[in-house]
Amino acid sequence: MAKTVSPGVLALRKVVDDVYADARKAKAEGKLVGWSSSKFPCELAEAFDLNVMYPENQAAGIAAQRDGEIMCQAAEDLGFDNDICGYARISLAYAAGKRAARKFDPETLEFIIDPNSGKPLKDENGKVVIDPATGKPKKDPKTQVPYTVLDDIHEIEALPETTEKEIAYKNFRREAIKPYKQMRIPQPDFVLCCNNICNCMTKWYENIARMCNIPLIMIDIPYNNTVEVADTNVAYVRAQFDKAIHQLEELTGKKFDEKKFEAACANANRTAKDWLKVCDYLQYKPAPYSGFDLFNHMADVVTARGKVAAAEAFEQLEKDLEETIKKGESTTPFPEQYRVMFEGIPCWPKLPNLFKPLKANGVNVTAVVYAPAFGFVYNNIDEMARAYYKAPNSVCIEQGVAWREGICKDNKVDGVLVHYNRSCKPWSGYMAEMQRRFTKDLGIPCAGFDGDQADPRNFNEAQYETRVQGLVEAMDANKAKEGNK
Amino acid sequence: MSIYTLGIDIGSTASKCVMLADGKEIVAKSLISVGAGTSGPQRAIDEVLESAGKKREEMAFVLATGYGRNSLMNYADKQMSELSCHAKGAHFLFPEVHTVIDIGGQDVKVLQIEDGIMTNFAMNDKCAAGTGRFLDVMARVLEVDVKDLGRLGSMSTKYVGISSTCTVFAESEVISQLSMGTDKCDIINGIHKSVAGRVAGLAHRIGVRDQVVMTGGVAQNQGVVKALQDELGHEIHTSPLTQYNGALGAALFAFDKVNK
Repeated sequence: MAKTVSPGVLALRKVVDDVYADARKAKAEGKLVGWSSSKFPCELAEAFDLNVMYPENQAAGIAAQRDGEIMCQAAEDLGFDNDICGYARISLAYAAGKRAARKFDPETLEFIIDPNSGKPLKDENGKVVIDPATGKPKKDPKTQVPYTVLDDIHEIEALPETTEKEIAYKNFRREAIKPYKQMRIPQPDFVLCCNNICNCMTKWYENIARMCNIPLIMIDIPYNNTVEVADTNVAYVRAQFDKAIHQLEELTGKKFDEKKFEAACANANRTAKDWLKVCDYLQYKPAPYSGFDLFNHMADVVTARGKVAAAEAFEQLEKDLEETIKKGESTTPFPEQYRVMFEGIPCWPKLPNLFKPLKANGVNVTAVVYAPAFGFVYNNIDEMARAYYKAPNSVCIEQGVAWREGICKDNKVDGVLVHYNRSCKPWSGYMAEMQRRFTKDLGIPCAGFDGDQADPRNFNEAQYETRVQGLVEAMDANKAKEGNK
Repeated sequence: MSIYTLGIDIGSTASKCVMLADGKEIVAKSLISVGAGTSGPQRAIDEVLESAGKKREEMAFVLATGYGRNSLMNYADKQMSELSCHAKGAHFLFPEVHTVIDIGGQDVKVLQIEDGIMTNFAMNDKCAAGTGRFLDVMARVLEVDVKDLGRLGSMSTKYVGISSTCTVFAESEVISQLSMGTDKCDIINGIHKSVAGRVAGLAHRIGVRDQVVMTGGVAQNQGVVKALQDELGHEIHTSPLTQYNGALGAALFAFDKVNK
């Protein structure tokens, strides 16, 4: 039976689809399209009606589509180190023109199907059909896909078009590029970088700008060693906002539109408040949805928080969740027995593997740090500068721990599953200390596992399953101990 | 009439079984020096049943643990992680235990125990430095039997540091030392200290509290045990049953299941 998707979730998906579609349309019409880091002040770009794509969101999608490895490898072949962020490697390969494409026969212009792909073929009774020759399950041809190969758009565009055959071949090669939205985003005409999300951003975006020979607008937000953001820090960022506005005026040939900016700020604030309200529903026991769903909804917060459609979609989701609560239901596809905080970015190429032992053990993710980290509101541009100072990897450890312990308490978690994300040096580097503080301050078991947000080579399913099982056993022991008090 | 339970621990490098009577007495055990994905698990099971003169049907409950536990889904009644099983086994052998350090073929685990139950843990990830594999590699390049490492290390007269944390690069470092004529016993002692350093780092993440018990195959190497003891500043207890600890814990959990 197909899973029912709520109106709010459908609306949220459409918002993101529209952001991608609008950017492709803008490019086709000869308009400027930019690439931006996830926490660059989008309100500035909105004030100039600019279409913007988000490489982090794009890379997460490419990794989830299982093309993370081929793109990471392409970046490494270009000379980028395999120690740098997987999102950065995917994005740099993409900026260089590399694409994951479907393999085809150049003579017949037909795709070459990978015989090992696809799902098992089932008969009319739902039983798997076994191939008598091999003794293995037959594959359902309807689910099989072509081999994946690496292609290059610059090579494609340089192909000759002197004969009909050449034209047909060139067009087919363009179309063979995988058709999902993240593999079809337009090349950038400018880049917007704010390094509050991490320091890797700085060089990542400088490289894109150099590779594509395009303007870079940089907002530098240094790591903050204190919980409070000092006025001098705010002044530093505010001055850069003013400079960025001036750079955007030069880029677009338009004057900064204060009214559009104010509208974008109002939308962003509304989206942030709605986002926080949706996150708060995880406090219910059992939770009406899985925290893993929040990772998908993050796409709207990243790509469209300055748009009224994102706020409205979150408001619809709130209504859906209210109904779900009234009916005593949940969209989590298993009974919730344990509640955990999932710390870190998910392993996008291995989501089913992440989910399988959680589902098998009744473990629901009811807390993620993105909830407080993206829920910032402000009333004026100086407060906006202060708010943009608070990104997960640029706040001090005391702030980071306070956010996480806050949601662990509010969302009543039994344990913490910590992803040591090898792609992200800050987000794996401080994890051991964070884990130690969670254990000491919260008195709940924490299990860490190695993984990667985009590069599947850094995740081991067997090691992950053992750690989840160990965490469940420790949570059980803790519950029994609490029960005996 | 006795109730028999069977615990099977399929590790990466060895398969172990322990048969218990009434959750108290070890009536048989087996160990085959190959692990998951080999003939080891079946041979270990056959051997333990044969040595006890029992059949599978006479086992009230069979519980599998270890890296290869899921390969026994059709044979065992239940699978549990080796974390809890090691905690259970160590508590049976040492009722006052609060910290278990298990160094196996490829894994290192540190377990925090309260009233015999595991309440927290830490494990190594994707790096075999400090594990049995590390010692196997070193023993091979030193041309000694891995079983002799403890004895040879105790004959060291001079400290030789092995600074590489990577097994492969540490091997290169050992080869350099050998070419310079460094005494093998001194090198082995340095290797033991290197293992102790890495494992102590992991242990401190969980916290070390007496009694500290070491389990797993590497606990048979008294050189590593002593080096770890010096590094942690806590006495470390081991048992001759150290390598069977996971299987023992599995058999104990199996008995708990029968009694529920």
